Amino acid sequence: MSGLAFDVSHLLAGGLVLISFMLLYQTRLYALLNVYAAQAVALSLAVAWQAYVQDKPHLYATAAIAFLFKAALIPYALHRAIDRLGMRRDVENVVGIGATMLAGLACVALAIVVMLRFENAADALAREDLAFALSVILLGLLMMVVRRNAVSMVIGFMSLENGLILAAAGAKGMPLVVEFAVAFSVVVALVVIWVFLFRLRDRFGAVDVGVLDEFQGSRR
Amino acid sequence: MTSALPAVEAVLAIPFGAAAALALLADYRLSSRLNVAAAFATLVVAVTLFVLPGFATPYLLIDDLNVVFVVLNAFVAFTTSVFSASYIGHEVASGRLTPRNLRFYHAMCQFLAFAMNLALTANNIGLMWAALEIATLTTVAMVGLYQTRAAIEAAWKYFILGSVGIALALFGTILVFMAARPVMGEGADGMVWTLLMAHARAFDPTLLDLAFVFLMLGYGTKVGLVPLHAWLPDAHAEGPTPISAVLSGLLLNVALYIVLRFKLLIDANGRAIAPGPLLATLGLLSLLFAAFMLYRRRDVKRLFAFSSIEHMGIIVFAFGIGGPLANFAGLFHMAMHSLTKSAIFFTVGHIAQVKGSQRIADIRGLTVSQPWLGWALLAGVFAIAGLPPMGVFTSEFLVVSSTFARSPALALILVFGILVAFGALLMHVQAMAFGDPGAPEPRSRASTAPILAHLSLVLLAGIYPPPPLVAWFEHVAAMLR
Amino acid sequence: MRDLAFQLLQMTLVIALAPGLTGLIRKLKARLMRKRGAPLLQPYFDLARLARKEAIVADSATSYFRVAPYLIFASTWVAAALVPTFATGLLFSWSADLIAIVAILGLGRFALILAGMDVGTSFGGLGASREAMFATLAEPAMMTIVFCLALLAGSTQLSTIAEFMTTHDVGLRVTLGMALVALVMVAIAENGRIPIDNPATHLELTMVHEAMILEYSGRHLALLELAAMLKLLLYVSIIGCVFAPWGLATDNAGAGARLIGAGVYVGKLVFAGAALATFETSIAKMRVFRAPNFLGAALMLGLLGAMLLFVSRTLK
Repeated sequence: MSGLAFDVSHLLAGGLVLISFMLLYQTRLYALLNVYAAQAVALSLAVAWQAYVQDKPHLYATAAIAFLFKAALIPYALHRAIDRLGMRRDVENVVGIGATMLAGLACVALAIVVMLRFENAADALAREDLAFALSVILLGLLMMVVRRNAVSMVIGFMSLENGLILAAAGAKGMPLVVEFAVAFSVVVALVVIWVFLFRLRDRFGAVDVGVLDEFQGSRR
Repeated sequence: MTSALPAVEAVLAIPFGAAAALALLADYRLSSRLNVAAAFATLVVAVTLFVLPGFATPYLLIDDLNVVFVVLNAFVAFTTSVFSASYIGHEVASGRLTPRNLRFYHAMCQFLAFAMNLALTANNIGLMWAALEIATLTTVAMVGLYQTRAAIEAAWKYFILGSVGIALALFGTILVFMAARPVMGEGADGMVWTLLMAHARAFDPTLLDLAFVFLMLGYGTKVGLVPLHAWLPDAHAEGPTPISAVLSGLLLNVALYIVLRFKLLIDANGRAIAPGPLLATLGLLSLLFAAFMLYRRRDVKRLFAFSSIEHMGIIVFAFGIGGPLANFAGLFHMAMHSLTKSAIFFTVGHIAQVKGSQRIADIRGLTVSQPWLGWALLAGVFAIAGLPPMGVFTSEFLVVSSTFARSPALALILVFGILVAFGALLMHVQAMAFGDPGAPEPRSRASTAPILAHLSLVLLAGIYPPPPLVAWFEHVAAMLR
Repeated sequence: MRDLAFQLLQMTLVIALAPGLTGLIRKLKARLMRKRGAPLLQPYFDLARLARKEAIVADSATSYFRVAPYLIFASTWVAAALVPTFATGLLFSWSADLIAIVAILGLGRFALILAGMDVGTSFGGLGASREAMFATLAEPAMMTIVFCLALLAGSTQLSTIAEFMTTHDVGLRVTLGMALVALVMVAIAENGRIPIDNPATHLELTMVHEAMILEYSGRHLALLELAAMLKLLLYVSIIGCVFAPWGLATDNAGAGARLIGAGVYVGKLVFAGAALATFETSIAKMRVFRAPNFLGAALMLGLLGAMLLFVSRTLK
């Protein structure tokens, strides 16, 4: 890969990390969905760029599917779900935003330190792609941990999957794994939307969404 | 001799075809019979794998490690389907399930069997992952089957935690591929487990270490290791009892089996940091945590769910300690636990139906009011607590003695944990089996055949483990370090 | 001798252009709001008018009150002298690097905060405390940006950084994008532009900079206003020389190259002024307690950019 191609893929991956950070400090649900859509767009661009650089045309299709589902369909469906269920529009964190951000930086630092320990020079490029992907995964995990609201937990999980797809796209030559990851992601999102839009409404009506706001401990 | 490939293909094709057929059948009685028939057919085909030689294609393989588990899987699936057939009648009568639910349920049962068989027989690490993911999603759907608030909550928790685990496992799989790529090149060969084993010595050890950590975290969630266990008690308690039996008896084993496959890879590399201490720590932690949690449980299915966590902890600890004896014990324990725990859940399922409640406080005096179920429960609990001459005792004894040889301190902690769990189980089952039965209720017309079959197998294995089984397990134990 | 001449030329140039930049921004903002606006050279007339007026000093002011404006102006002017505007490698620029520039500006800010509190009015204290709060976040953010640039260029000297940026070794890095955004955010906060502070406000509750200089009049006020304009020019120059370093004359270039450099510099100022005017017109001012979030974001961007450098370093 030439220097410029490498720089562009780094740019897109770094943009993905940045957007994951932005996800961490959103306080309003609609803004959260928009930022998630932006992350999905960045991901699609990154996958499409990998398709161009690795000369694998089928990845273009994967990028298009990722764009269609993750950037368009899923935010729209979640938007409808939030409207219909009348959920609280703002999100609380378990810890303050400052502490969350610092934890996020610690995660990125950890990912970089871990991935850079590997001395195998032949795979230097792949190593750095994986460092970015691991950062996004860890940031997604962090988001799932610090959020109280179920929708933001789901968004955290889906941003974790975005990191996974980035890792899969960067792993040159792994057959079908990107497709696997995208399919997994889409299935999960569809299940989530199905639960939100149909099950809750049928079983509980639009009023009681406390079931998804808190988890009971296994104290029984 | 003909290769085992057609048999394996049949083991996969039968459940898949049955699932498709069951999705179309509307009558639940017919569905349950078809379910049983399909499971029986799968079992018959699977047993032939004992005699046919092992093989490996780029996608499927049969070797000493998975042949026992495939047959065990088929057997427990069969007995579960028999149990389920006698269980659902009561559920429909009490209104907890509708015929429409049952259509979904039966189709998913067979689909789950397909997914688990695929995970067990896969030779491609990506295929293993995909199969386990499908199995997870299927069980999530079934845990939420009752659609009560608690059930949906349990399904949701299971779904989220399971999906996080699956995602981390995929990352670990990608890392394994990256570690192998300089040697195996790009392309599908880098994902074939047998080929990976052949070249494992040349892989990058540090990348393999990192990969194993992620695989441990990811698949370890599915095994139910502390601290990733949070989904397990709820999923067991809120889903239908056949699903609890399958979860404890089969799915935990399949996930652990995949971890073992990767452990074999790490051990074949030789230069990577031995995963033993990590496994031993997680195992011991799970054992102690679950043992203490057993005391305060008030729901009977939750009680046995924690018991599953405890036993998975013992097994993982055994693999962590390593050495031929402990590894053999771990494998043996996997099989014994599968049989015993599913037998217990069969019993508990019928008890809960008869008593109308899952709370331990509501279950009293079983030996008087429901003698078959009461004594079966007692036998099952004795078996799972590790009393001789049941098979679980053999494996626990082997683990303890091999740990004592390596590190007496750990052995003491292990024994302490086992004793704590033993005490808790004894306390609860004594209250349930004896004591004042309260108002008389009709005798349960449950079929006790599955329970008897399992427990007698466990007893048999405890007294006289079948030599081929021992040979297979010893061979695998030698490959694990 | 020639070098000294060019250095002094630079110092007069920044003094001469600073009010012009402010005037341009005000004019453009007015035009964007469909007003005619004051003439472009109005700030010069304002400064001249203020210089002629009598400086009133409050009874409760100490002697520091009279000294502060000179101190503030001097520190800002020295810092501005160190930034390459039309040429790199000027005489004084080797005596202080980017960290020293930040420190000199910090000294000016400290003097201003003390001056605000000197008379003992509540508005002065209010402005001073807000300024100190912004400084607590803006300075670390600035330092992380400096680290990013220094790690890339291998030196903290602005001239070296600027020259490094013109070479092709740099490439298109995500760190540079982050550093640029962070630097713009810090510049907005330090200069009290919207969305942090409204430079045209006369509502006491929203003042920061205006509150601190509320008691000043006459030539003192002229110096303080000129210092503020100079600070804006300084930050624009830093952004320009690091992220748009084309046209900068190098160390040994002749007078012609420096003339071209000056022309390009004026062009950069015009562009920056237009951009700032458009930006200020299009968004609203943030509430004061949200300003730490804004600056915290700049800090995070700087840190993240520095960390991501370690990922990219191994290749270059």
